[in-house]
Amino acid sequence: MSAPILSAREVRLNLGGHEILHGISLDFEPHRIHAILGPNGCGKTTLVKALCGATKLSHGEVRLDGESISRLSASAMARKMAVVWQGGHITGDITVRRLVSYGRYAHLPWWQLRPPAHDQAVEQAMARTGVLPMAERRVETLSGGERQRVWLAAALAQEPQLLLLDEPTTYLDIAHQIDILELVRDLNQTMGLTVIAVLHDLTQAARYCDHCVVMGDGRVLRQGSPDQALSWSAVAQDFAVDSWVTHDPDGQRPVIQPRRRMRDTDPETWPSTMPAELHHKQR
Amino acid sequence: MSQTVATSSDWGRVQARPGFRTMVFAILLVLLVAAFIYGVGTGSIPLSPEQVLQGIFGPDDYEWHRVVWDIRLPRVLLAAMVGANLATSGVILQAIMGNPLADPGIIGVSSGAGLFGIIILLAFPSMYLMVPLFAFVGAMLACIVIYVLAWKGGIQPMRIILAGVAVSTLCGAGISAVMVLHSDRLQNALLFMNGSLSMRGWGEVRTLWPYCLLALAAALFCVRRLDVIVLGDDVARSMGMNVQANRILLTAIAALLAASAVSAVGLLGFVGLIVPHIMRMILGTNHAFLVPGSILFGATLVMFSDTLARTLFSPIEIPVGIAMAVLGVPFFLFLLRRAM
Repeated sequence: MSAPILSAREVRLNLGGHEILHGISLDFEPHRIHAILGPNGCGKTTLVKALCGATKLSHGEVRLDGESISRLSASAMARKMAVVWQGGHITGDITVRRLVSYGRYAHLPWWQLRPPAHDQAVEQAMARTGVLPMAERRVETLSGGERQRVWLAAALAQEPQLLLLDEPTTYLDIAHQIDILELVRDLNQTMGLTVIAVLHDLTQAARYCDHCVVMGDGRVLRQGSPDQALSWSAVAQDFAVDSWVTHDPDGQRPVIQPRRRMRDTDPETWPSTMPAELHHKQR
Repeated sequence: MSQTVATSSDWGRVQARPGFRTMVFAILLVLLVAAFIYGVGTGSIPLSPEQVLQGIFGPDDYEWHRVVWDIRLPRVLLAAMVGANLATSGVILQAIMGNPLADPGIIGVSSGAGLFGIIILLAFPSMYLMVPLFAFVGAMLACIVIYVLAWKGGIQPMRIILAGVAVSTLCGAGISAVMVLHSDRLQNALLFMNGSLSMRGWGEVRTLWPYCLLALAAALFCVRRLDVIVLGDDVARSMGMNVQANRILLTAIAALLAASAVSAVGLLGFVGLIVPHIMRMILGTNHAFLVPGSILFGATLVMFSDTLARTLFSPIEIPVGIAMAVLGVPFFLFLLRRAM
């Protein structure tokens, strides 16, 4: 295992008097796609905020490339790590090229009043994400999927080594979800970009990610390859969902089809593997 | 609805034309010069534009030299500085507070400056040279109080306005209290309250211009920060901005701009609200154009309003604040309707 590009050590975080994260330790290997999974309210978005320094930790530390992020300046951090949030605030007349050019903020000296008209990094980021044809259009007029690509382009303009995505597929229809995930995988494969994404759909996570982190109630419940972290028993225990787990024919990645909610209060009584009757029904 | 969409995209195409912004700035400059010459030329003795120019650039013994230099010019220059300052302060506050209604007058920054200014003016009149400095302290304090009241894990536009109105009311009450306690020196205070440029001369211009120049230059250097901070705290931070430090810096600039204007002319409302909005409609949201546009148009508008205010009911002079309110309130209501 190569040295982690980002790691969390014993991270605890309080919000409004409540502890949201209860001591999280994680290592994210470079050049991989990592998924952060878990039910609503388990602290996924808070973890993203902790990992990128947006919220102060009450305990522990986050290291980026071996350096504690509390000692890094915002701009030094932005040159290594970019974050795509769930939709930033867009004002009326901002064009795609302009929004993407804001991604250069950390690279420009303070006295430069305007980003250069045709910055190489901006053009490249737009080309990579396929938004170059709409460069002069207003972001406001774009669809949700197109907007998400524009935010990705703005993040790429930061020329980061690490990309953090907070629920990149939420609010998108199925085609645009796949679109964004394929794009992210493409960026990972062609540029070696490390990706950490908060995702909801377990099958999508299994298909596109190399490493899954499953959270519950502010803790890491499980992590590992999709096969380890998203087995029948893992999904049953972590999400209280009974599912069919099979493998797709091309990648041999697990496919998780939720079947019903498991109401049983005692997970000890759950079988440790998918019941045989389900295997049978699959055929 | 479809009508509105069509119109706004048509306008977008107009805005995107290469020469559009150059043309707008040319018009703004022409208006600025016109308002300046009109302001200097208008009064109990009307002067033609040639006489105005002769008076300014001509020899000292020119017959209108004294009228132009001693009476008209300082007042018009002061109006221009005040307008530029308040408009720019409005642009900055609207960006950092994420609220289109933010204006130094509405959210209490001006009344904070006014309260401190009027305390010095009435209680310690011998320290009147320090008024801008104390006004700045008052404006900064008002900003800090607004942030503290409105902060709860982030800036909420609605809370900012509510906190601002509260601070504004409190400072207004403070101003009234100070005035009642020092009712013997009320004449100055009344002019101060309404925003008036009468009885102002080179003294005020000399006190004001260094603050004005410094703060406007600082604002022009911050246009890129303003663009990015508008995207929201999380986005700005992940793009590499130290959001807290920049918010403090920008607040200080906005407070300095508002305070120096308030210490010269008192509470002058609506400039900081309407000028940025008009400029945003014409030039768009890019601060590299919005800030200089607001500086030019703010200066033009206050010069023009002040000229109207002192000549409309001549020989009685109404405070420019009243003229601005008459011009500003209908526009404010129009904006409110549109936003709904």
